[in-house]
Amino acid sequence: MLNTFWDLFLSASSQGLLWSLMAIGVYLTFRILDLADMTAEGSFPLGGAIATMCLIKGINPILATIAAFGGGLVAGLVTGLLNTKLQIPSLLAGIITMTGLYSITSRVMQNAANVSLLGKNTIFTIAQNWGLSRNNAVIVMGALIALLVVGLLVIFFRTEIGLAMRATGDNPEMSAANGIKTQGMKILGYMISNGCIALSGALLAQNNGFADLNSGVGTIVIGLASIIIAEVLLRNLSIGARMLSLALGAIIYRLILALVFQMNVEPSDAKLASALVLVVCLALPNFHLPRNLKGGSKNVSSTKD
Amino acid sequence: MHIRKLVTGITMTGLLLLGGCSSKQGGSKSAVKHVGILQVVQHPSLDKAYKGFKEGLKEGGYTEGKNLKLDYQNAQNSQDNLKSMSEKLVNEKSDLILGIATPAAQSLANTTQDIPLVVTAVTDLKAAKLVKSDAKPGRNVTGTTDMVSIDKQINLLLSIVPKAKTIGVMYNAGEANSKIQADMAIAALKKAGVKIVVKTANTTNDVQQVTEALAGKVQGIYVPTDNTFASAAAIIGKVVKEKKVPLVAGSVDQVKTGGLATIGIDYELLGKQTGKMAAKILDGKAKPQDMPVEKAENLKLVVNKEMAKALGIDPKSIKAPK
Repeated sequence: MLNTFWDLFLSASSQGLLWSLMAIGVYLTFRILDLADMTAEGSFPLGGAIATMCLIKGINPILATIAAFGGGLVAGLVTGLLNTKLQIPSLLAGIITMTGLYSITSRVMQNAANVSLLGKNTIFTIAQNWGLSRNNAVIVMGALIALLVVGLLVIFFRTEIGLAMRATGDNPEMSAANGIKTQGMKILGYMISNGCIALSGALLAQNNGFADLNSGVGTIVIGLASIIIAEVLLRNLSIGARMLSLALGAIIYRLILALVFQMNVEPSDAKLASALVLVVCLALPNFHLPRNLKGGSKNVSSTKD
Repeated sequence: MHIRKLVTGITMTGLLLLGGCSSKQGGSKSAVKHVGILQVVQHPSLDKAYKGFKEGLKEGGYTEGKNLKLDYQNAQNSQDNLKSMSEKLVNEKSDLILGIATPAAQSLANTTQDIPLVVTAVTDLKAAKLVKSDAKPGRNVTGTTDMVSIDKQINLLLSIVPKAKTIGVMYNAGEANSKIQADMAIAALKKAGVKIVVKTANTTNDVQQVTEALAGKVQGIYVPTDNTFASAAAIIGKVVKEKKVPLVAGSVDQVKTGGLATIGIDYELLGKQTGKMAAKILDGKAKPQDMPVEKAENLKLVVNKEMAKALGIDPKSIKAPK
């Protein structure tokens, strides 16, 4: 039994670390910039498609993964331009990009709905060559990439541009009055966010061994759930610690799902079961010490730099 | 549009003039036939079915660019697209329309009662209300079913793991086709007297964890022809290889990517069979009303040798049960 749980935990960790980049991406737009961005559901499969096609063409896995990140940057740029230059509300701009990306991703995959990576070297093969098992290779590689991304983002948010971006999210009017080019900041935020999400898509495609045109459906929920779990369990973190905690949130979310799959519930009730388990997990901290339940967006990601 | 009306006008006039001297052949193969195609979503099996359909038409004497004009529509998995695309194909006065997979077939059947429809990759035409009965459709719909003999597949799995106490079944509960097949599989397993564990996943993103949860509890796994699980065949293969669990799947493609064996369907050949049926209708030799729904002619045992070796099973020991 304990063995099974350990296996579950390892599997959830390996998956969660790869999903954590999705959570980080969603966090950048949802919390830092205070925008609802649905582009995620389009940039996620795009990242998977770009990485997969590069690998099939024999490109080095690291370069293929970076190319996927680049694809996400472009997707974010489109949403950013729609939102800022054409004044389309962010939610709608994201939906427009997401819809268009379906065809772009299909093009990237040469009109196939599903491209298999069987027998191709992936970024995880590199870690397996260090003598690690498949799951451990994913955990090590996933952790390395997550740490690298969080590290770079922490450095970025200490620069003048990074601080300006955070100010834009906190108070757009005051930021503009103080000479920050808020439109440019939003566009940059959209880009980095979708870059991370496409990176997550690229890693998951390599872990799964296939890219799928329809894999973006419901991914934004996974990102949001990871964020909420992390914020409920660990309040008031500095921005770097917060982003690291998102990985924990993603792992816990995957673990919850794994536990639900372990339970013997009726197939049709599985979704309800995972919803209930999620409620229980999110409600638990409230039983320790009474708090007001205002999950305010800004005080949660309070900034102690 | 004007040109089309003009062409139709000229053709009609020509036909009226020729009215007296009709040829003895059912339909002249020199006239260009318009065939519309409506596919639910881009998907490896369905794409193959369409490819096979074109080959079947070719064998029946209809070649794209010569005497055949194809209008291919793909609804990208959205219900509202299905409706508007069905209307488009019907309004264009297609000579025949192909519906690939159940939702496309139903949408077309709801849109037209008179244009001949052929469908493929539909598991149960009668349950989907497309035909009155498989032997005698009784309306403008006929085609091929991708129903396989679930009993044969279950027997195959049980012959590979004769000592199994518990068998797992996994599918996407949101796919009507899969639900029908999974229920049949569960009934067959009950008859065989083994314990059954059923797991479902709605998206490819959950498939890995569902497979891991199931593989720890069972000695064999059955997957019906399910779009979600077929798409995720690669990761399923990795998990069952690691956990050393034999997996029998409904589709040949899935077994080739990440299963052990099946007695299954090759969608390209199924599409080809459908194309030949369509050619008969275009020839004027038959009407959908009277053409019995056809089952796949090409059911065959497929064994993934590489998977067998990984599980420590001799591929030659796997035989099709009687």
